Amino acid sequence: MLAPGLYHILFISAALFFIGVYGFLTRRNLITMLMSIELILNSVNLNFIAFNKYLWPQKMDGLFFTVFIIAIAAAEAALAIAIIINLYRSHQSIDVGNAEDLKY
Amino acid sequence: MNGSTVIFYLLAALTLVNGVLSVSTRQIFRAAIYLLFTLIGIAGLYFWLNYQFIAAVQVVVYVGGIVVLIIFSIFLTQQAGEKLQKQKIGRKLFAALAVFCGFGLTIIQVYQHAFYEPAETGVPVSVAAIGQKMLSMNDEGYALPFEVVSMLLLAAMIGCIVIAMKEKKITDNEPGTSSPDHTGKE
Repeated sequence: MLAPGLYHILFISAALFFIGVYGFLTRRNLITMLMSIELILNSVNLNFIAFNKYLWPQKMDGLFFTVFIIAIAAAEAALAIAIIINLYRSHQSIDVGNAEDLKY
Repeated sequence: MNGSTVIFYLLAALTLVNGVLSVSTRQIFRAAIYLLFTLIGIAGLYFWLNYQFIAAVQVVVYVGGIVVLIIFSIFLTQQAGEKLQKQKIGRKLFAALAVFCGFGLTIIQVYQHAFYEPAETGVPVSVAAIGQKMLSMNDEGYALPFEVVSMLLLAAMIGCIVIAMKEKKITDNEPGTSSPDHTGKE
């Protein structure tokens, strides 16, 4: 029980996922919500790597999923920050309540 | 309890403590720094799991790229020393309750499930093997997702430029003949 194994890493990644969910639910600032999303994506990556290491050590599928998720997360963060900066230019605020004006 | 175990628990504590601080602090710049340490802790966990390539990618992309991007956008959008507004206690309580319930359910499910762990342990994956598999075109290769991701990154780059571009001021000059320093007023 004390020696770290698959279950310990799953515990860490589940805790990290729900920390991210908590941040996403409580924050009203768009940048901090983006940070929470990064935490959630990282917990998923950790899960993939742990399953790859402990359950299918001969294969590399989890590793490739992680690589592609990291690439997509980078694209997503860059796009989100572009949208946030554009919102700040028009509203001088990045509160999530202002984001509904984006549709006009 | 050997050294590897101690390192694992230290990395886990670093990751989780900084994650909690990152979502609970009211100063947005500190939140970004705590997020940085969380990502470093996860990179350390990848090193601990013997996936050096993923750990290096994590450090380069997340710690070197995304966190720096977030810090720059904080500089662009926040006034110095301004704290985030306090949230209603009811919303916090509701969020904490939902998160605890979800976490408890997930952990119960995980610990009740018996994973079949194979006895043999794999060799550490070399970077050469990763590269060959990523670009191989046979059934187990990842050439198609690789190309799709490259197209996605290109599209995201163009999209960022288009979204963040300032709108041009409407001038009454002809678009072909206007020059930036000649306003054309008579």
